Amino acid sequence: MTTAVDVLAQELQIRLPALDYLAMGPMLVLFGGACLGVLVEAFATRRSRPFLQFWLSLIALVAALVTVVRAANNSPQAFTADTAIAVDGPALFLQGTVIVLGMVALLLMGERRIDKGGPFVARASVPVGGEADRRQARESGSTEVFPLTLFALGGMTLFVAANDLLTMFVALEVFSLPLYLLCALARRRRLISQEAALKYFLLGAFASAFFVFGTALLYGFAGTLRLGGIHTAALGSTANPLLLFGGIALIAVALLFKVAAVPFHVWTPDVYQGAPTPVTAFMAACTKAAAIGALLRVLYVALDRVRWDIEPVIGAVAILTMLVGAVLAVTQTDIKRLLAYSSIANAGYLLVGALAFSREGVSSSLFYLAAYGFTVVAAFAVVALVRDEDGEATHLRRWAGLGRRSPVVAGLFTFLLLAFAGIPLTSGFTSKFAVFSAALGTSGQWQVAMVIAGVVTSMVLAFPYLRVVVMMWLSEPVENGPMVANAGTLTWTALWVGAFATLVLGVYPAPVLDLAHKAAEFLQ
Amino acid sequence: MSLSAYVPILFLFALAAAFALFSVGVSQIVGPKRANRAKLEAYECGIEPSPEPVGGGRFPVRFFLVAMLFIVFDIEIIFLYPWAVSFNALGLFGFVEMLLFIGTVLIAYAYVWRRGGLDWD
Repeated sequence: MTTAVDVLAQELQIRLPALDYLAMGPMLVLFGGACLGVLVEAFATRRSRPFLQFWLSLIALVAALVTVVRAANNSPQAFTADTAIAVDGPALFLQGTVIVLGMVALLLMGERRIDKGGPFVARASVPVGGEADRRQARESGSTEVFPLTLFALGGMTLFVAANDLLTMFVALEVFSLPLYLLCALARRRRLISQEAALKYFLLGAFASAFFVFGTALLYGFAGTLRLGGIHTAALGSTANPLLLFGGIALIAVALLFKVAAVPFHVWTPDVYQGAPTPVTAFMAACTKAAAIGALLRVLYVALDRVRWDIEPVIGAVAILTMLVGAVLAVTQTDIKRLLAYSSIANAGYLLVGALAFSREGVSSSLFYLAAYGFTVVAAFAVVALVRDEDGEATHLRRWAGLGRRSPVVAGLFTFLLLAFAGIPLTSGFTSKFAVFSAALGTSGQWQVAMVIAGVVTSMVLAFPYLRVVVMMWLSEPVENGPMVANAGTLTWTALWVGAFATLVLGVYPAPVLDLAHKAAEFLQ
Repeated sequence: MSLSAYVPILFLFALAAAFALFSVGVSQIVGPKRANRAKLEAYECGIEPSPEPVGGGRFPVRFFLVAMLFIVFDIEIIFLYPWAVSFNALGLFGFVEMLLFIGTVLIAYAYVWRRGGLDWD
């Protein structure tokens, strides 16, 4: 008779996974840097913390980027940790993208001259409006944001490399939880910031729950959590296909939520508006890249054999996303909400690339993510700069006539808006062109429909962007209008880097396109 | 694996249930009954759940720190038990991994300690 003890003893024949530390280097460096940051937070003096934390985070990010490059040169295609992590081309490209964009966003977070003490609140638990709140308004801001950002970036680098649904879920939580916190830490307009964090947290927790439910169903279908195993089971399994499609639907909800696709987009405008602007920039660039990366991997590695079944659903989501994002962007009066709806529409364009189910589809999506990330970080850098005495002047009416007062900033912002609108000689044009031509290259009817929707919505979207441009240059300046803040080098560096990348990727995109094309092969 | 492997567990359930019923029943029959207000209060549960206190049942927000610390160390224990059971199978690798894990929990602990999370006032 087999007793329970025997069963346990059998289970304990543990096979230790082989770990490739070089391939996991970026995550190890980022998590290690974040842990060091927590120790700095614990033991360093309050005065030295902002300096120490900023440089520690920046060094960690540079080190992580170096490990990404080294991993790409040494072993570009490798499973590790018992195939739970796939370090392949798309993973390495997106890890590099996320880390570089994280660096630029970090510059915005480290800015301490625009708002004395930084853009973050010192103690978020102090009730708004009281005497303690007025006292802390003079204090130096919280420096926990730096380790939190590193944790989030570590989670994102794992998320794009996760080759099994459970690892993917853990990575999703690791990068989501710090983001919820970061959203709540705005120095000014604290109530709306806390509201944003609460909304993001509640909806994000729901999305995570959907992901776990979907994982359970897919495990029931395939008998494995590995994406490759689901790929094999999609045709070979005798299990009820309801499990497969239920699982796909639930996982898609969670991933499309993070991507901010319609109808899972409702959190985006509120959270983008409420969160501190550097955090919004970070989310718009890095979270989008990580989420699209994971979605690409799930679609291409696990679900490519059922692509005909899921194409109509995700295709419809893509079209809806572009339409709703573009149409609602027209009605916005707040610059951060306008950029949020533009980010929703861009999620739609990214889905067009993802649904091409071809190597071009992957490479164009990778390129799009890098190009869009730089533009959006620079755009939010401008939002952080244009201020009046109440903080950021986000209402569009206040931006009237900005071009006459501060032609440099208004000129840069005009350029960025033209990039969003997809005007040639900007990265917005090259990336949209790449995505649409990848979709047309497959000549499927859904792809054609999506490209038509994409072109139409691009034209619709040009209207709100151009309205801002016209307002800045041709309207009479408002009285006591906002000024461009006296910012330090950090914000200016972020702004110029973003604008420069937008220009280079628009004029001479070939090196990055080639890199994306070389990287665009998922490891099965 | 046959179901008979679960028979000892069934026995354990039966024994536990019998013991619980027996103790409650016997104390009902033979125990002395002296009424006392304290006996009617919630046992070691902190806050009176009913009737609802004045102000909508508020209690100090500081409890959230206690709850969070509890989760941190609770999760540590959850990992420690299976590790201890399978220590021989995991060997040196498992030992180092567990040291790393405890190290990261200690980092969180150091943060909480230095930032005053352990002081009640």
